[in-house]
Amino acid sequence: MSVDTLSQKGLAVRIDANGFHHRELNRLIREAVAEGAQRIDLHGVCGQRYIATNLRSGAEIHIHGTPGNDLGAFLDGSRLIVYGNAQDGCGNTMNEGEIIVHGHAGDIAGLSARGGRIFIREDVGYRAGIHMKEYEGKGPALVIGGTAQDFLGEYMAGGTMVVLGLTLNGGNCHTASFVGTGMHGGVIYLRGQINDYQLGKEVGVSQPNRKDRAILRELVTQFAGHFGFDAEEILAGRFVKLFPLYLRPYGRLYTY
Amino acid sequence: MKSYLPPRFVIDRDAERCIGCQVCVRQCSFDAHAYDGEEDEVRSYDENCVGCHRCAVFCPTQALDIRLNPLSYRPNANWRPEAIEDIIRQSESGGVLLTSMGNDKSYCIYWDHLLLNASQVTNPSIDPLREPMELRTYLGRKPDRVELDPASLSLKTQLAPQVAVELPVLFSAMSYGAVNLNVQESLARAAAEAGTLFNIGEGGLHRKLYQYANNVIVQVASGRFGVHPEYLDAARVIEIKIGQGAKPGIGGHLPGGKVTEDVAQTRMIPAGTDALSPAPQHDIYSIEDLSQLIYALKEATNYTKPVCVKIAAVHNSAAIASGMVRAGADIIALDGLRGATGAAPKIIRDNVGIPIELAIAAVDTRLRKEGIRNQASIIAAGGFRNSADVVKAVALGADAVYIGTAALVALGCTVCQQCHTGRCAWGICTTDPVLSKRVNPEIGARRLVNLLRGWSLEIKEMLGGMGINALESLRGNRLHLRGVGLTDSELEVLGVRLAGR
Repeated sequence: MSVDTLSQKGLAVRIDANGFHHRELNRLIREAVAEGAQRIDLHGVCGQRYIATNLRSGAEIHIHGTPGNDLGAFLDGSRLIVYGNAQDGCGNTMNEGEIIVHGHAGDIAGLSARGGRIFIREDVGYRAGIHMKEYEGKGPALVIGGTAQDFLGEYMAGGTMVVLGLTLNGGNCHTASFVGTGMHGGVIYLRGQINDYQLGKEVGVSQPNRKDRAILRELVTQFAGHFGFDAEEILAGRFVKLFPLYLRPYGRLYTY
Repeated sequence: MKSYLPPRFVIDRDAERCIGCQVCVRQCSFDAHAYDGEEDEVRSYDENCVGCHRCAVFCPTQALDIRLNPLSYRPNANWRPEAIEDIIRQSESGGVLLTSMGNDKSYCIYWDHLLLNASQVTNPSIDPLREPMELRTYLGRKPDRVELDPASLSLKTQLAPQVAVELPVLFSAMSYGAVNLNVQESLARAAAEAGTLFNIGEGGLHRKLYQYANNVIVQVASGRFGVHPEYLDAARVIEIKIGQGAKPGIGGHLPGGKVTEDVAQTRMIPAGTDALSPAPQHDIYSIEDLSQLIYALKEATNYTKPVCVKIAAVHNSAAIASGMVRAGADIIALDGLRGATGAAPKIIRDNVGIPIELAIAAVDTRLRKEGIRNQASIIAAGGFRNSADVVKAVALGADAVYIGTAALVALGCTVCQQCHTGRCAWGICTTDPVLSKRVNPEIGARRLVNLLRGWSLEIKEMLGGMGINALESLRGNRLHLRGVGLTDSELEVLGVRLAGR
């Protein structure tokens, strides 16, 4: 099957992913992009891994169903919109682009991402944003509408993470432990209640300042726009800023 | 706190030969020599000497003699000087003892207990000077069987991507940050000239080295430093680094001090911050997860490159290797107990892992038994010193070997184990811009190409002696090996008979 046998309208392409192995599905996506597709609608997606991996284009890919692990791994510039839940490793080592998930995401969302933006409407699993980095004015942003499991932002070396706590029932505390363990760069803005004992030893806590507020406003406004929330209502909540206390958390570990 | 550490070395300066030229002062990066302006005299400070012999080699009048300090502790088989000094260092600092290079302990070096065969009377030996000899090795997954189209006699079977090397010796992973760019460029140029591959390590691929992309193995390690689409596209082979022989099971901390602007740019992180590589890759907690990353990389590069997985040789290597092959690895790299490092906790380097000889034999045997040996090439690493070690490794079952320390020795390294200080006087394991200039990529490449040429001539001599004209025919051919001074169990694991049998 090739792209020309698919229903093709102008620059929009529809692919029925039902029954396709990831290798075949990605080949079709690459072909469509090579032929200039601006919008690709994938229907019937059911667990196929690596969708749109390493894709370098401005294309917008709408994913209906449940994509598998490593969605948009090494992504470099496309926009992926998922109408469903994402699994583990969404945005793994992402370089640029945008991933918008109308649902939950599994473990290690945004692992080692260096750029781009990831918006998750609801909750994420363990170790979200682990080892996110930043480089030459480029930094990833991971916005989580709900809450996260343990080791959120572990080893974080750069970028911005926002956790909005919208799925927590009326003022309930976040439950993640070891938040920001080993963190040595970047920043986490967390809306809602978290206790000191839930944080890693390398994490400092403060109130967001004016600059932080501006960053938050931008990201929350985008988040609200994607998922139809009221940005002002979210921003009115109570935020804390988590930041790394040391650039070199393990500098005093060794005897030379 | 007064240090109780005695000097490790003694510097003998022959006053009659010394002309006070201060070459030693300028060459030493550890401040073991200094010029006293008041007395107009060059003095030495034994306590700072690391025994790298840079000064002795460059002294124009051979006035310097560096000797081990003959410490007169009371002899004690248990409390040897090293044990005492390690305790002194820790009691003065409270830290994890850091060291570098490979395990220096006296564990059995099996290469020295294995002997090669030669043809006598019953089959002719081959003279490689006049007859063709084939050292070329193809790395990558081989099919279970090949099918030809009977009409055209062309190959019908679709082959997985293969990478040819002209001799079974590749340069091991050494990252930018651990070594400097001049060292990497020396390795890159030599690999290109000799028709082999160099491994860029986990610190990213510097812009300057993209021109050698045809010979580069790029690493994807737990820190994911410098891993981006262009990097993956440039590679000839992509290597997932799970572990390293010098430090199995632990991650790496490149200290912020070594992360210069240029290193930072290549690693794609801010300058001056620690580059922390977590111990595990957090998307790999199982063979199934490994498979996921292997296929993520294959998918990202559209199945055009072999994917290698590197592990440290540990107790269960054979079973793990089987899983790796089934997970989709096209090449598996095994790094043994004596594999080197730019920095590792001493306690790990000296006590964790198994010798590479046993690991090669165990893995090769296991994969053969399971009928999947053809599905992946094996690259062995960890302390290969000469071409005989290479030939023995191939006979045990490896397809090729990685050399790291041997390559650095060709560039001047004297294995003084100070890489972790970042002050290498030979300009190798340092990113200091002044020291780095001590390695000239053009001369460095020539030294490395010379080494590879010498080894390749020797390998051909050894093959010819056995009556073999292609390295291919020696692979896993353990009948060409005999053991000496080994127990029955050791011979059994190695799959080798005792000499005389």
